[in-house]
Amino acid sequence: MRINPLRRLYIAAETWFKYSFAELNPMYHLGTLTFFFFWIILVSGIYLFVPFKGSVHGAYASVEWMTHQQWYLAGIMRSLHRYASDAAIITILLHLFRELALVRYQGTRWYSWVTGLPLLWMIIPLGITGYWLVWDQLAQYIAMGSAHLFDAIPIFFGSMASNFLPSQMSDRFFTLIMFLHLLGQPLILLFALWLHVRRLSNVNIMPPRGLAIGSFIALIILSLIKPALSHPPADLSTVPQSLNLDWFYLNIYPLLDYWTAGQVWLLTLVITLLLIFLPWFFPKRAKATAVVDLENCDGCKQCFEDCPYDAITVQARTDGKKHSHEVVVDPALCTSCGICVGGCHSANPFRKAEKILRPGIDMPDFPAHELRKRTLAAIDSMQGKHKILVFGCDHGYAVERIKTDNTRGISLYCSGMLPPTMIRFALRKGADGVLVSGCRSNDCYNRFGERWTEMRILSDRQPSLRAGVDHRHIISQGAGPIDRKALEKSVQRLRKKLIKLEPKASE
Amino acid sequence: MNKVFRIFLQGLSYAAFVAVIWYFSSEPAFQHMPADKALVVVAFKHAGLPVEACRKMTQQELDLLSPNMRKVNDCTRQRSPIHLQLFMDGDILFDKIETPPGIYADGSVNIYYSRKVATGKHDFVIKIKDSVRADSYTYMHQHEQVLDTAQILVISFTRDKGFVFN
Repeated sequence: MRINPLRRLYIAAETWFKYSFAELNPMYHLGTLTFFFFWIILVSGIYLFVPFKGSVHGAYASVEWMTHQQWYLAGIMRSLHRYASDAAIITILLHLFRELALVRYQGTRWYSWVTGLPLLWMIIPLGITGYWLVWDQLAQYIAMGSAHLFDAIPIFFGSMASNFLPSQMSDRFFTLIMFLHLLGQPLILLFALWLHVRRLSNVNIMPPRGLAIGSFIALIILSLIKPALSHPPADLSTVPQSLNLDWFYLNIYPLLDYWTAGQVWLLTLVITLLLIFLPWFFPKRAKATAVVDLENCDGCKQCFEDCPYDAITVQARTDGKKHSHEVVVDPALCTSCGICVGGCHSANPFRKAEKILRPGIDMPDFPAHELRKRTLAAIDSMQGKHKILVFGCDHGYAVERIKTDNTRGISLYCSGMLPPTMIRFALRKGADGVLVSGCRSNDCYNRFGERWTEMRILSDRQPSLRAGVDHRHIISQGAGPIDRKALEKSVQRLRKKLIKLEPKASE
Repeated sequence: MNKVFRIFLQGLSYAAFVAVIWYFSSEPAFQHMPADKALVVVAFKHAGLPVEACRKMTQQELDLLSPNMRKVNDCTRQRSPIHLQLFMDGDILFDKIETPPGIYADGSVNIYYSRKVATGKHDFVIKIKDSVRADSYTYMHQHEQVLDTAQILVISFTRDKGFVFN
């Protein structure tokens, strides 16, 4: 399998976090970390609002009071407010880059991509209005810059820049900015965030406790050693000269010194449109979506529980069978990950009633019957002792490549597509060991495939691996596209285990 | 991997994270206004004169109108564009023509021009032509001004006060 260079670069860079954070790899929690930073921003913002004086003449003095007089509380809150906002931009950009590098924007996932990008354009103005409220020279600079940007939009009549001439600035305008920063923009952002995750199931908005504590402590330390400070107070009779910009939020403004506002808008628009339409520049090779076979569906709702994209709904039975429910797949939401098949009780390869295995829900391009056939063929083609069958996924390491005399790999759409009974089936039909691979641990391309499979094997989730199965013959090992060595090591580890078990097996 | 070593690596990651925030939250400093520059701003709102003079309506025309619509003068709504020129030490800083906004081009023109100029003593000449019927500039003003570093010189205009340099 050819891996695009961006993906290879990302995965290689991520390896650092894989080793240093293990299960807490922050790259797998960028979205929840961003939410966490928002919580910090919200709490610190509420505190700052209390002593803040929302007027042209009172704002600066009140912020200075917070920074210098009550530095131990309000000052730290101010710094936390600023640095958590910066941290959110970092996690958002990394999140964006990650989804881009791992090509997690194609197919039906276009929705999360398209609804995610505008969030960045909503958060940046939120930060800008925050800087505005300090009403120092930096605020004056961004007020003028923003005015020039707005004045370039032909739908606005009048000159917004005229509001910032000497003795022209009014509390009324300041109140508008306060309203935007404290209520208008956060509410719109909240709604946009809801839209962003609307097509996902089991949405988590809190990072693991270890990561939350670690990043909070890091921000506190930064706030103590480098408190957020203001520039000198705004003076509309002079132009601010040297400015310490927050480049996370204010990077667009310096362009105005070289380009016209129209050119800056054009650049922003072009970048935004290019990114938004990315899913259509590189469309996903279409796979058939999951199909329900009511003949074999007992309406247990497990696939509904398992689907990471809320593509499955439950409704009252329509075929008159005794079961109360049936499931329906929405093809517009289905990403063809096959996780529903792995969760289907009737995808049991031991079923002998029919020659063709027909589960209640199946993937037309790679049906459970085909998986059973490939499993049998792989086992039959192996020679020698300690035969190991590796079930992998199309997004992790290409398991077919580790082929040896006594090792075979079968790649699934997702490791979550593997019915646990297929493991038992493989062991029963001649495999001595089964290695279940997939994406790197906690980094499933399809969100939950690797986790659900692990839980099914450990009998923590239905359908579970039967109690009688000897777990010593099974290993789970996540392996990304470049993790060949890790996977080979796991195969060797399993083989050693099998050798140790040999006398028992011969008894 | 050794737990202590792993914690150490995590510490390094957090340190790198806050180092990025530390630096880019305020550095590198941006020089928006060089020390030898000041800013000249021309800002005001002004309505040009109607493109045609009002015409006195004839009695015959008035008789055709309903009583409440009768008025002595028939005035066109369309206003003249504003042509502004600002010279500094004989060099032209702005030479712009603004058309009145609105479907009937009858609105006031909002003018906001700004440009960075060298500090020091300068001789400014500003002219406005706000009527297509006038042959030359309708308002003109000459002003001498010493500009300090980063100073904003605002040139405004109203019909009654004329040009004001602040």
